[in-house]
Amino acid sequence: MGSRASTLLRDEELEEIKKETGFSHSQITRLYSRFTSLDKGENGTLSREDFQRIPELAINPLGDRIINAFFPEGEDQVNFRGFMRTLAHFRPIEDNEKSKDVNGPEPLNSRSNKLHFAFRLYDLDKDEKISRDELLQVCRGAPGELVLGLCLLIIVGRNCSFL
Amino acid sequence: MALQMFVTFSPWNCLLLLVALECSEASSDLNESANSTAQYAPNAWFAAASSEPDERISVFELDYDYVQIPYEVTLWILLASLAKIGFHLYRRLPGLMPESCLLILVGALVGAIIFGTDHKSPPVMDSSIYFLYLLPPIVLEGGYFMPTRPFFENIGSILWWAVLGALINALGIGLSLYFICQVKAFGLGDVNLLQNLLFGSLISAVDPVAVLAVFEEARVNEQLYMMIFGEALLNDGITVVLYNMLIAFTKMHKFEDIEPVDILAGCARFIIVGLGGILFGIVFGFISAFITRFTQNISAIEPLIVFMFSYLSYLAAETLYLSGILAITACAVTMKKYVEENVSQTSYTTIKYFMKMLSSVSETLIFIFMGVSTVGKNHEWNWAFICFTLAFCQIWRAISVFALFYISNQFRTFPFSIKDQCIIFYSGVRGAGSFLAFLLPLSLFPRKKMFVTATLVVIYFTAFIQGITVGPLVRYLDVKKTNKKESINEELHIRLMDHLKAGIEDVCGHWSHYQVRDKFKKFDHRYLRKILIRKNLPKSSIVSLYKKLEMKQAIEMVETGILSSTAFSIPHQAQRIQGIKRLSPEDVESIRDILTSNMYQVRQRTLSYNKYNLKPQTSEKQAKEILIRRQNTLRESMRKGHSLPWGKPAGTKNVRYLSFPYGNPQSAGRHTRAAEFSDDDSSDPGSPSIMFSALSRIGSLQKQEAQEIIPMKSLHRGRKAFNSGYQRNTSQEEYLGGVRRVALRPKPLFHAVDEEGESGGESEGKASLVEVQSRWTADHGHGRDHNRSHSPLLQKK
Repeated sequence: MGSRASTLLRDEELEEIKKETGFSHSQITRLYSRFTSLDKGENGTLSREDFQRIPELAINPLGDRIINAFFPEGEDQVNFRGFMRTLAHFRPIEDNEKSKDVNGPEPLNSRSNKLHFAFRLYDLDKDEKISRDELLQVCRGAPGELVLGLCLLIIVGRNCSFL
Repeated sequence: MALQMFVTFSPWNCLLLLVALECSEASSDLNESANSTAQYAPNAWFAAASSEPDERISVFELDYDYVQIPYEVTLWILLASLAKIGFHLYRRLPGLMPESCLLILVGALVGAIIFGTDHKSPPVMDSSIYFLYLLPPIVLEGGYFMPTRPFFENIGSILWWAVLGALINALGIGLSLYFICQVKAFGLGDVNLLQNLLFGSLISAVDPVAVLAVFEEARVNEQLYMMIFGEALLNDGITVVLYNMLIAFTKMHKFEDIEPVDILAGCARFIIVGLGGILFGIVFGFISAFITRFTQNISAIEPLIVFMFSYLSYLAAETLYLSGILAITACAVTMKKYVEENVSQTSYTTIKYFMKMLSSVSETLIFIFMGVSTVGKNHEWNWAFICFTLAFCQIWRAISVFALFYISNQFRTFPFSIKDQCIIFYSGVRGAGSFLAFLLPLSLFPRKKMFVTATLVVIYFTAFIQGITVGPLVRYLDVKKTNKKESINEELHIRLMDHLKAGIEDVCGHWSHYQVRDKFKKFDHRYLRKILIRKNLPKSSIVSLYKKLEMKQAIEMVETGILSSTAFSIPHQAQRIQGIKRLSPEDVESIRDILTSNMYQVRQRTLSYNKYNLKPQTSEKQAKEILIRRQNTLRESMRKGHSLPWGKPAGTKNVRYLSFPYGNPQSAGRHTRAAEFSDDDSSDPGSPSIMFSALSRIGSLQKQEAQEIIPMKSLHRGRKAFNSGYQRNTSQEEYLGGVRRVALRPKPLFHAVDEEGESGGESEGKASLVEVQSRWTADHGHGRDHNRSHSPLLQKK
């Protein structure tokens, strides 16, 4: 794990990822080792099957959506950059001024980017809108807790009553 | 302002003074005549009888000693309650000072009265009364009403802060005071180290009830609230454990005999006491939850079980010298989750209120005792000791807060700002926890009076000054507010976000507390709930949440018909991703079953006329009120939403509801499913879940128009979720039969049926209500009845 990680992840790549995502050196290295351990085909990219092999994810109600979030539009493979890019959304928000770079792009873990990520989770057909059906899907896809039809529909109805 | 406060108190004061004087007069009279002592045995009766054997039979006699103790205790409690009432009546006062200040003042007043009237038998509290009777209710209430989820999310920080904070404070204050005592000039040379340490542990017990009240009112952010709350909860336990340990050390007399081995044993004991107490609590909690599973038929003993088992856990833990406080807390936390689902609604309410009542009584008594001890001869004023105690309390609290939070902030996702830490520092209000100072054994503490005085000064100072100013301080520092709303929508999305976080953590291969929560929840669902929860109860916590929140609006929403059959169609892509099939009829049926059994549940018990159960409260007036409210809400919602998916365009039909049912022999036999309804006691008592039409609104109804409902129904197969119990045969009798049952429940279902759907018989409806009610009581014998929710077939005219 250790040697393989260090040979395949070059320093400049690491720097780039660090700048783009804001992870620290050790975090990136650890995530890279996780990436490679998930990558059974050893081709430097992950496919959906690799994700589905994670046992807990399979029983997670949002598992499929999470997996989907890693793959950009239409693609079936995600490389390490993409992996990190998605994970970077989950870093804590840094609200201090010194990291704010007005000219550069917004950091991946900014509030609005997080919200975008969450939005994309709900928006299954990727039309930049959450329809009532999609909301219903989300509600229904929460097993273990038997969300009842009435409850769902009411919530959905509630949400959409102002549309 | 002082004058104002005085003026406020004066009407109550007069009343209280009168009452108190009366009782003290009576007691002093009797003190002269009879041979009253501080004994609790009612021997005065016999004394009076034997002293004058040849007396005539006296028409009036006074025997105060017999009732003295309960009488005075009750009087004090009443006094405090009256003071609280007066306190809240004067609007500005609660904002100025917390209630605990008021209690202390009342206690001081009572103490002054008792002292002034030279009461021969002042109240004596020994440690057994305190520990066995006064402390458990307070702790139980704290544990029962603890918000578990934020608590466990912050459990690391809370434990770190509470345990270490208490230890640092106790040892720090004790040691500093010891060094002060070494200074010859203060005349405190005879106070040795152990006594100082013990005193330090007592005085470091914070009682931030006042602060919590302020926080709640100011709606500070949850993390801060949980910190203080957690500290309050665990503080008592830790203090008591420390106290007992140090008492044990003190009993070893010779300071030199204490070896490092003893100190290590002390630490190990500390851990064992804590963990053992928690274990006891959890075991007792599970046992009581299990027992409540079987108490369907005797709901009156459910509160009894809850209280007895909690108390038992406390006592059992105390037997083994484990921490009873932690035991009772753990018991309450464990029990709450399952008991809440098992017990009937009235039992639930009873438990809540009784718990609050007990704890407030205990607290009142403690403060009264404190006040009584204030005014008295058992003081020793030593300037140095007292001032330094006060100073060290603040200093050490500041040190512990800033040091501990600096460390724990490194590990937290949401670090506490300096402002937060200042607030936490400032909320170190002492209170009833430090009361232990009064119970110090005099044999070990020759200078007990000094300790008592110092404790009282600290309590008064912190409670009054800090208690009063913490509110303005919170507002001044503009602490981050909470944005906690209680909507089921939010709850659902929060849950989803939790799943998301857990999923991402799985991807990262990182194991953290979301996973722990998930795993615990799974374990809980698979094993614990099967054992501990009754059958026929909703298995979903969302449903129970739903029952509590927004039931009214939810039904209203459904009724205004936001939903359409298209809601169940699934886009292909989503289907591929989710792997969910279109809802099959079996699914719909099962949803319907679950709905009937879970959503609309009515407590059948309440309608029996058994002596041990509560009388039914339904009445015609209530039904009418419900109806009126329902109409109002419906009118509002009509204004809001216009798009009724199936509504007939430009229809002119009015919305009509079912009339009062008339008796129907058929319906009596219709028991489809057992249903249990538990409504939230916080919602309106007459909250419109019923749909009844006003008798006045029922126009001429024809029976055949009932058949029009059918085409409506076939339009909305997809919405069968609402048609639980909906029969194909839409005879009016059916509706009415179901409605009949519904009519008599506090929170029954609603029906909204088109006017044409109602059959005639409006005139009979009213007359039949009485008949129905009598029939209802005959029905109650059949197990659980069931409700039906008929589809809200709204049509616009």
